[in-house]
Amino acid sequence: MSSTPQVALSEPATPNPIVSFLAWFGELGVFLWRVVTSAITPPYEFAEFFRQLDEVGSKSLPLIAAAGGAIGVVLALETRNSLVRFGAKSLLPTTIIFSVITEMGPIITGLIVSGRVGAGIGAELAAMRVTEQIDAIEASAVNPYKLLAATRILACIVAMPLLTLVASACGVFMGWVAATLIEPVSLTHFISVGFKGASFKDFLPPTFKTSVYGFIIGTIACFTGMRAKGGAAGVGNAATTSVVLSSLFVILSDVILVKLILILFP
Amino acid sequence: MPVTETSKTVDKKAADDSQPAIVIQDVTKSFGSQRVLDGVTFHVRRGETLAVLGRSGTGKSVLLRIIVGLQEPDSGAALILGTNMAEADPAALGAARTQMGFLFQHAALYDSLTVEDNVAFPLVHHRPDMSASEKKDRVRALLHEVGLDGHLDKMPSDISGGMQKRVGLARALVLDPVILLLDEPTAGLDPISSGEIDELVLKLQKQHQLASIVVTHDMISAKTIATRIALMDKGKVVIEGSFDDLQRSEEKFVSQFLHRDL
Repeated sequence: MSSTPQVALSEPATPNPIVSFLAWFGELGVFLWRVVTSAITPPYEFAEFFRQLDEVGSKSLPLIAAAGGAIGVVLALETRNSLVRFGAKSLLPTTIIFSVITEMGPIITGLIVSGRVGAGIGAELAAMRVTEQIDAIEASAVNPYKLLAATRILACIVAMPLLTLVASACGVFMGWVAATLIEPVSLTHFISVGFKGASFKDFLPPTFKTSVYGFIIGTIACFTGMRAKGGAAGVGNAATTSVVLSSLFVILSDVILVKLILILFP
Repeated sequence: MPVTETSKTVDKKAADDSQPAIVIQDVTKSFGSQRVLDGVTFHVRRGETLAVLGRSGTGKSVLLRIIVGLQEPDSGAALILGTNMAEADPAALGAARTQMGFLFQHAALYDSLTVEDNVAFPLVHHRPDMSASEKKDRVRALLHEVGLDGHLDKMPSDISGGMQKRVGLARALVLDPVILLLDEPTAGLDPISSGEIDELVLKLQKQHQLASIVVTHDMISAKTIATRIALMDKGKVVIEGSFDDLQRSEEKFVSQFLHRDL
């Protein structure tokens, strides 16, 4: 139940920051509970889910591909110098491929999606909140947690590993392009040397950990958007908060996820 | 949410015209230290239109939000076709809401959908039994009724404020509700557009025999479309009756409000 008062309110007392911090997490928990309970109850919003999958996934592709490619080039240029210095130039393909696939691809995808999609969802839902569109959905007996939040969060969860694959593929390819411009090497040789001794457990967990990033980005963006207050300033604030918090939580969660992967897939 | 057993109960209640469709019982609501509704009580039957008038910030819009279940009262109850909106489970709340049409103050059209899709939105979510062509026919008939035949594919941002109100009205009526709630239907409109909206509301009101509540500042609009008027001040209903009753009243606030006497 929303609670946007339509009357002039008296100025609230300055809240205790610790209480506000804990209240924020409490509200996030309640929000998530509403999203999960609404998402598992039929009827399901498949049309909206696929529309959001297109928004989050397809429309992020060019940006993700460009960022992944750039990371591949930078890695090739930076690591080559270091490896040459230590006489380990032959390790260049392996270094690029492992760096891109295990960490750089996933984290860059997470941060890019935090920026593009987090801001987009946060601003869109905040604008819908302050213009009473979310109230109108609720007044039409349609659950906004199901229609707006669950579909977007699920789309982020599904799209993230796919976008990560694209970022990693572009990173590896552009890493090879950069390496071969300095010292020619065939792509097949670069790939076969780079993947030598690798198994699926080296690549699948880092790729699928981005579903957790997707969950974080979608949840934070929907949460900040749907609780926005005020006019244009409220929308701007929701978009900024969404990007800042989702980026921060993506990086913090990465610390935990990397450790978990190392424990579960030694 | 599809129409459920609970909504059938609501339908039966709606069919009983002897009972008021909307009953507001001693509703209070405060925000912080500010009490915006203080023991508000009234009822509205089918075929009646109650205009709620009052100064800005006296809780008129909050009252509508309590009726539709978007906010809870601190005490008292809003009974819609017998359903207590604050205590209803999600299914009963959904069923009661499908019997209500709500025109928001700024229309609150979905800005990512066309005019036609805005009006179709409740049908898409609540009438799986209707075919796509039936839904289309229903939407087009309503848009014809509100005079917007040639604007189906336009986005809300491409039409005027008055047209947005008409689209909002068509959306509010698309599920054939028993109750119509209008929040400032003529606010921000020029006198001619306001008059057109009033005539439209009056026509739809007669056609559909709705129980309506209109929140407005517009005295001319209230006089045109309302069967009764409730004047609010400081969260209370100061007077409730016909426009003539208000004119005969010797209450200072009523006189000030009607005649702008300071």
